[in-house]
Amino acid sequence: MAGIEIAELSTVYPNGVRAVDGLDLTVADGEFFALLGPSGCGKTTLLRTMAGLEQASEGAVRIGDRDVTRLDPGARRVAMVFQDYALFPHMTVAENIAYPLRVRRMSKVSQRDAAERTSAGLSLGALLDRRPGQLSGGQQQRVALARAIAVEADVLLLDEPLSNLDARLRLEARTFLKKLQRDLGLTTVFVTHDQAEALALADRIAVMESGSIRQLGSPKEVFQRPVDTFVANFIGSTPMNLLDGLIADGMVEVAGARLAPPEGLDLVEGTPVVAGIRPEYLRVVPGAQEVTEGVAGILGAVAIVENLGVTSLVTIECADGTLVGLTVPEQHEPAVGTRLCVVPEAGRLLLYGGEDGLLLSARPSDHSAEFDRSRA
Amino acid sequence: MTRGPAWMLRRIAFYVLIAVLLAFFAIPMLWLASAPFDTKPGLGIRWPDWTTGNITATFRHPYALTSLVNSLVLCLIATAVTTAFATLAAYALSRVRIPGRDLLLYLLLLLSSVVTGTAAMVPIFVMMFQLGLINSQFGTALVISGGMLPAAIFILKDFMDAVPRSYEESARVFGASSRQVLAHVVLPVSRPGIATILVWAFVNAWGNFLLPFLLLRDVSQQPAAVLLRTLQDEGGSANLTVIPVFSLLYSIPVVVLYLVVNKRYGFRFHGGIKGG
Ligand SMILES: Nc1ncnc2c1ncn2[C@@H]1O[C@H](COP(=O)(O)OP(=O)(O)OP(=O)(O)O)[C@@H](O)[C@H]1O
Ligand SMILES: [Mg+2]
Repeated sequence: MAGIEIAELSTVYPNGVRAVDGLDLTVADGEFFALLGPSGCGKTTLLRTMAGLEQASEGAVRIGDRDVTRLDPGARRVAMVFQDYALFPHMTVAENIAYPLRVRRMSKVSQRDAAERTSAGLSLGALLDRRPGQLSGGQQQRVALARAIAVEADVLLLDEPLSNLDARLRLEARTFLKKLQRDLGLTTVFVTHDQAEALALADRIAVMESGSIRQLGSPKEVFQRPVDTFVANFIGSTPMNLLDGLIADGMVEVAGARLAPPEGLDLVEGTPVVAGIRPEYLRVVPGAQEVTEGVAGILGAVAIVENLGVTSLVTIECADGTLVGLTVPEQHEPAVGTRLCVVPEAGRLLLYGGEDGLLLSARPSDHSAEFDRSRA
Repeated sequence: MTRGPAWMLRRIAFYVLIAVLLAFFAIPMLWLASAPFDTKPGLGIRWPDWTTGNITATFRHPYALTSLVNSLVLCLIATAVTTAFATLAAYALSRVRIPGRDLLLYLLLLLSSVVTGTAAMVPIFVMMFQLGLINSQFGTALVISGGMLPAAIFILKDFMDAVPRSYEESARVFGASSRQVLAHVVLPVSRPGIATILVWAFVNAWGNFLLPFLLLRDVSQQPAAVLLRTLQDEGGSANLTVIPVFSLLYSIPVVVLYLVVNKRYGFRFHGGIKGG
């Protein structure tokens, strides 16, 4: 078992695409790490470069205390589960699971042993003699996992392991995967474009964009304090409100309202800012529906109501046309057209620079990165 | 819906057409089934006066059985060479990125009809003569393979393209060497394609007349396809005692091969490998 250290790694495809661009990353021993980002940001490429399936153009990959940058995939002691699982269709489940042992020319008996031992833990025992084509999606995924852990690898790499499952099965498989990783204590990197999956599973998340990491942190940090508007937009099942505003009289003027800024910021009068508030962190001020002045909240009329199950996502339209989303408990769902006054919960308002989109922070701006590095 | 006389006429015309087409293909088969066992086999079809005389006569013929053995040897070599080389070449061409790869394939395919076609017969003969490979089964098999390879590579590359790369990558991550990847994953997964090529190559080689006719000058070396044309009696007319039985024997290996391969591997004519 081992951690992963990636230093100034770039991977350039023959057609000139810099899919990974000067990236630094440290994954701790035993950590469950998520690579999250929109399609095409280079997650798969980074994972494949760790596995050795793509050649690093610059930089280094270290696993444990070994520099594996120039090693063949087979010599890196990594296990990988592909997005399509890549189960061999002509082999039975048992043969698939035991394949890593077959490559090492271990005896048939120990191959069968390994298949039985590994499959028992993943409730595949009854399926050993079937072929992958005769399995459900969830079972195929477990076979792929079983094959990956049949031989002890230092690192487990998963490329969108859950994306081929339907929504219900995905939840089950998610819980299962987390438990498996805890039990094995195996350093695991998984790629996903589903932020909910990353938040639910990972110890730490790296949010990627265009081949580099935008933010690195625990799910809580990434969810509560996105470092820039890109991450803010990307994380969260309902998109964060990002409202253009101005600093005036030490207050944030946004959508016709004057909100108190976060404490400890040095704000310059008249600078443009972007106010970020999650829909979950906006509260309706009771009884303030009719008031139009004197309330330090955002006023607007309900334009759209979307039912999310337990909560509803309500979009209000302010006088200047700005749309603001907030979630309310489903039993307090307002009618369309109702006028509402909403305020952010204390400490939940984030301010981003109007030009660069970076989080305005009372602490040194590279603090969270330092923090992560010291943890790792 | 009204079904008037015009409809009836169309139906009748349709079935007549089908019947004619069917007869066109069925009559040679019927001949092949009846003539070998007839006391007086002719070129027409009739219910035979049963006899085994033709069979004994064929077995006594000095070259009939040897030619069938020659055919088998020739075709087995040609098929083995074609299948083996086409598989390796198709895999490489499917996976390696070289500029102008597709152009190269099309050119090969185009040229292959010239290379072993009539136009190249003289140079091929001269070359084989200088190499001392006239009257050699092996040499002839190589030339036949050379002619079949481009088409075989072309077809097989399609199958190989359809094998997901993640299979190989997965095996490589588990530490498989290139040879293990080939033996454990690529070959088994593309087996239907390889089986198709195998039968295709065998049938082609089995029916090949021109090349063995030119390159195998010695009657004792000639394969069945060549001997069949020279089965004449003293007067120079077709030897109708031997030809029917010989034709029947000649057709058996191809049918057997088809049945065996189809049963074991199943044919697929384009790479439908996923989830197989
Ligand atoms: N084999 C390749 N050759 C050239 N460019 C490639 C290749 N594979 C990926 N790319 C490019 O590299 C970039 C990153 O691709 P990558 O597959 O790593 O993205 P991803 O984050 O995994 O996206 P997704 O969520 O869609 O899987 C993309 O712009 C893509 O077009
Ligand atoms: Mg991907």
